[in-house]
Amino acid sequence: MLRRNLTAWLYVAPLMLVLVPFFLLPILVVLAASFFETDGFGGLLPTFTLANYLDVLTSAQTFHLYVATLKFTVLTWLFTLIIGFPVAYFLVFHVRNQLLAISLFLICTVPFWTSNIIRMISWIPLLGKEGLVNSSLLATGIIREPLEVLLYSSLAVVIAYVHQLTIFMVVPIFNSLARIDKRIVEAALDAGASRLDVMRYIIIPLSKSGIALGSIFVISIVMGDFFVVKVMSGGSSASVVSAFYENVGVLQYPIAAASAVVLTLILTIVISMILRAVDLRREIAQ
Amino acid sequence: MTVALERFDVSMTKARRGVVARSDRRPWTFYLLAAVFTFYVAALYGPMICIYILSFQDIRGGLVFPMKGHSLHWFVDLFTQVRTGDVKGSFDRSIKLAVLVTVITLVFSFMAGLAFRRRFFGDTFVFYLMIGSLVAPGLVLGIGVGLLFQWIGIPASWYTSALGAQLSWTLPFGVLVMFAVMSRFDGAWEEAARDLGASRWQTIRLVVIPVLAPGLVAVALFGFTLSYDEFARTLQTAGSLNTLPLEIWSMTLNVTSPSLYALGTVTTIVSFVIIGVCIGAIVLINKRRGIRAKSH
Repeated sequence: MLRRNLTAWLYVAPLMLVLVPFFLLPILVVLAASFFETDGFGGLLPTFTLANYLDVLTSAQTFHLYVATLKFTVLTWLFTLIIGFPVAYFLVFHVRNQLLAISLFLICTVPFWTSNIIRMISWIPLLGKEGLVNSSLLATGIIREPLEVLLYSSLAVVIAYVHQLTIFMVVPIFNSLARIDKRIVEAALDAGASRLDVMRYIIIPLSKSGIALGSIFVISIVMGDFFVVKVMSGGSSASVVSAFYENVGVLQYPIAAASAVVLTLILTIVISMILRAVDLRREIAQ
Repeated sequence: MTVALERFDVSMTKARRGVVARSDRRPWTFYLLAAVFTFYVAALYGPMICIYILSFQDIRGGLVFPMKGHSLHWFVDLFTQVRTGDVKGSFDRSIKLAVLVTVITLVFSFMAGLAFRRRFFGDTFVFYLMIGSLVAPGLVLGIGVGLLFQWIGIPASWYTSALGAQLSWTLPFGVLVMFAVMSRFDGAWEEAARDLGASRWQTIRLVVIPVLAPGLVAVALFGFTLSYDEFARTLQTAGSLNTLPLEIWSMTLNVTSPSLYALGTVTTIVSFVIIGVCIGAIVLINKRRGIRAKSH
């Protein structure tokens, strides 16, 4: 038993040698910095103060930042789910040719391995004031003036998020759907269930774990993002992390750190609520 | 990925036996879902294709359609102009860093995957540490690493602090893929090898690694592409020399010419080559296995 534990730890030692100095310690550093004072020149005075947290929790600006971040998170989560679920369902239950199905799945996943920034800026020629959407709407006479709301707005931010993150919903949901034994569906249909019933009582409950896993990815990425908000809103919107970035830019480390700690706490609570619905470890190793 | 595909394989065979036999007429939902799928793929690739096309404009080119002439002007501009920054150098660094990250990710996640096949003391702690590292906001983590290096007194650079910061992102991904790959590995093969007198290292080298080869290629693909495109964690940890995504980031803020699109085209071509090589390798390994299995 002891030997087995020792060997196992020997095997995870390299992983820990990365995670401890590059995840655990940095997070502790940020936590520590949130209780420090700044000397105004980027240096930190190792005192203990709660002033940073008071600042963060009482300012109206922070409140607005959190509301904005939450709005983006909920909208993105909703749209990635509404698009991702049917896409995965279509691939698993409707495409009959196997080679075609595998190719279609690959087509969906390839952009995941390309640059996010490039995929984000690729909306500019479409959504811009003289972009494709506006010019075609103008040409068809639906609108008279170009729509300004398309680019550099909250709408553009949500579009960019959904564009980047739907894949994080598709893959886990796809996985859990592919694992459903089709004989269960057959049995239900034979027993007289309607196709809506099959969806409600079989497919959706059995794909819950995939939905949960996808949600964790989408929520944590949106809440931790700053560059999509910064670029796609054109500076008109901000999120918690983009404000954090501005604070760091002007060397306000303690305030930034306090805000990061609060954000991490919220994120942890949300994720552990999702994790109560699904055993992540069993899910992945299955 | 490969696992998803293999699982899919099984389920598809099942599906064909069952549902198809019932009726060959497609329900109306098929057409609706096919429309959703087509729309999704179009929205996925449409914008990207737009910027690839626009990057081939000539010197009059702008950021939007219509296309103004065609030439390679903006590609030349990208690598020769000073105002667009050090694209060549950052490209060079990004590739080197990605190779380093790939090798380390591959070895470390393989080892961790081996350990996680059985329960051990503290495994839940390691697992959640990994999940935490995966979901932590990249920028916050990057600043933590930056501050840590500053306090210890080591200057931040792309091959120290940025390397570590990127590994904290690629390793959890690698290990999760490894979990999925390992769950399909039959422990009996290993036991058989040991019974035949193989040492632990021989078992790993001659049995485990060849069997898991396609999965290991998938881990390498994750390692390379995630590092090559990584931005948030690298921003505060790369020190004075930029990696390619950082260069692109500064260009999105300063450059308003199609050279930004040209850079997008170049970096996407690199990604596609890597993806193609990896998927090709997986297909090739599986094919050769199929031939060998048949000839026996």
